[in-house]
Amino acid sequence: MNLAQIIQYCLSGITVGSIYAIVAIGFNIIYNTTGIINFAQGEFLIVGAMMAVSLTKVVPLPVAIGLAVVITTVLGGLVEVVFIRRVRDASVLRLIVITIGVSILIREAMLHIWDEKVRSLPYFTGTDVSTISVMGAHMSPQVLWVLGVSAVIVTGLTLFFRFTLIGRAMRACADDRMAARLCGINDRWMVTLSFMLSAGIGAIAGCVISPVTQTQYDMGAPLAIKGFTVAILGGLGNSIAAIAAGLILGLLEVLMMSQFQAAYKEAVSIVVLLLILVFRPSGLFARRDVSSLRAF
Amino acid sequence: MGGRRYIPLIAAALLIVAGQPVLWAIGRPYYMTQITMSAYYALVVIGLCLLMGYAGQVSLGHAGFFAVGGYTSAVLTTCNLLARQNEFPIRWFRWLGLLVERQDLYGQAMLCFSPWAAFVVAMLLAGLIGFSIGLPVIRLKGHYLAMATLGFGLIIYRIVQGAPVFGQADGISNVPPFELFAGLEVNGRPPYRVQNYYIAWVAVLAAMLLAINLVQSRVGRALRSIHQNEEAAHSLGVNTFQYKLSTFVLSAVFAAVGGALLTHYNGSIGPSEVTVMKSVRYVSIVAVGGMANLWGALVMGIVLNFLSLRGVFGTYDDAVFGVILIVIMLFAPQGLLRMPTLRGISTLFSRRSYG
Repeated sequence: MNLAQIIQYCLSGITVGSIYAIVAIGFNIIYNTTGIINFAQGEFLIVGAMMAVSLTKVVPLPVAIGLAVVITTVLGGLVEVVFIRRVRDASVLRLIVITIGVSILIREAMLHIWDEKVRSLPYFTGTDVSTISVMGAHMSPQVLWVLGVSAVIVTGLTLFFRFTLIGRAMRACADDRMAARLCGINDRWMVTLSFMLSAGIGAIAGCVISPVTQTQYDMGAPLAIKGFTVAILGGLGNSIAAIAAGLILGLLEVLMMSQFQAAYKEAVSIVVLLLILVFRPSGLFARRDVSSLRAF
Repeated sequence: MGGRRYIPLIAAALLIVAGQPVLWAIGRPYYMTQITMSAYYALVVIGLCLLMGYAGQVSLGHAGFFAVGGYTSAVLTTCNLLARQNEFPIRWFRWLGLLVERQDLYGQAMLCFSPWAAFVVAMLLAGLIGFSIGLPVIRLKGHYLAMATLGFGLIIYRIVQGAPVFGQADGISNVPPFELFAGLEVNGRPPYRVQNYYIAWVAVLAAMLLAINLVQSRVGRALRSIHQNEEAAHSLGVNTFQYKLSTFVLSAVFAAVGGALLTHYNGSIGPSEVTVMKSVRYVSIVAVGGMANLWGALVMGIVLNFLSLRGVFGTYDDAVFGVILIVIMLFAPQGLLRMPTLRGISTLFSRRSYG
């Protein structure tokens, strides 16, 4: 393997890794405010991309993506209001099962609204053959889009949670919901907002990767599994660690793909998931202070 | 108490026997085929009900155990060892009577494992895999357990789809019938329909008998105490880990029995049996049956699988199970049979009879 090849592999590992990280952050946002894992997280990406693909037929690409993100955000809010809000003080098992049911419903709805065909958005800049050379390695300009958008999302979220009133209110809810409520924070609205937020960033991620990985109605579940693996790897609820974990998993996957059959690529993340669950369920970067896990 | 716990079993047996002439009378004897298949799926559901309802542990990977049973049986009874019959382990297997000679569809001579040997291997393998997966995984709780079992199911799915020995996307076909004893065989062809209807039900009722007795026993009480409050159970000296693990293994073996028998009955098995959606389907059946309600799980397992196999749900097959999950969890977490309006009916089935 020469240098150009290594760079090539690293680039594609970082690209998929950053998408996994965004899915993981989606998990984390909801986990932090509600303590549940939203199994429908992967579906948000696919809904966003599907919506954008359909909208590009009537409006220009940026508008289509914007609309798709807004619609998916609203969908995320609806999921919370219709399904999650009703059950309070329910067991985790019950809530998990509900989100599994929601993910099936969204998936089946997509199958009936669209169909089982593979679609994709057009490349944001250039075409599928245009490449940029980096030290002998070739990459699509879309890779830059993926990396750029991921960086913007992460920075945006960090700023949002640090400096805006709503962001701080959400953090307060994550920390201690009862105390937050006593301070006059509308905690229910914060939960709804967390679903909207993760649906929204999910939709953005879905649109950005669509040109590279294509989009099909049933691609949500594998993405969710990888996102969850990353979230666990980084420590559930810890979004900064999730980015590092995402890159690790992405690079690991690419490494396996370069050595073994592509069919077993999926197995890598699941093996990682099982290993981490068994040996270090609090994540690679867990500090002794457990409460730090629940910070954004 | 005494024999009262067996009353529902006897009632069920009578109902099953009565079912046969009824199906003939309404001119739909072929329904028996789907009922037989549903009964094998119900075996998975009964095992999962013990795990989810009584031990309180969720598993999103039971289709994986079903596949372990089905694929092990299928591979061992269809691989041709004739060319290597004089090599080391094969000779010994033959001497032990584990192999049978038969002819395939085209009249070619084949030397394969006998279905009985394959069945036993499948059970042992499922138990072993259940044990080695359960050992680390059962310590996990909530989402972690759900995701870990989901991951296990996905790995089995990938292996089955990727490995040539499992036929990849095509699966394995031409699995021979399973001759149990004295001319009774698990065989999907129409002349064997009535016979198989009863074979499947005997398997299901035997599983129910085992499950009911288990739930009634010291083990069952320990499991329920774990479900209600694990710490309290632990502090009272219940070895919670061991109980949870053995229930996990037991439910894995139940699933494998269902998988192996159904594979012989259908004559084939494919990756579609191993999807996550299948695992979720088993979970939703246990949920709609009322979690800790073996009879509820059995009734729902038969009814829903029967309707699904008859194609009643059409293209909404998976969506139906998604809706069931949501509706039951939102409005009737105690299951359909425990809803207030149905309480009268539920007393026939639950609590009093084996509580």
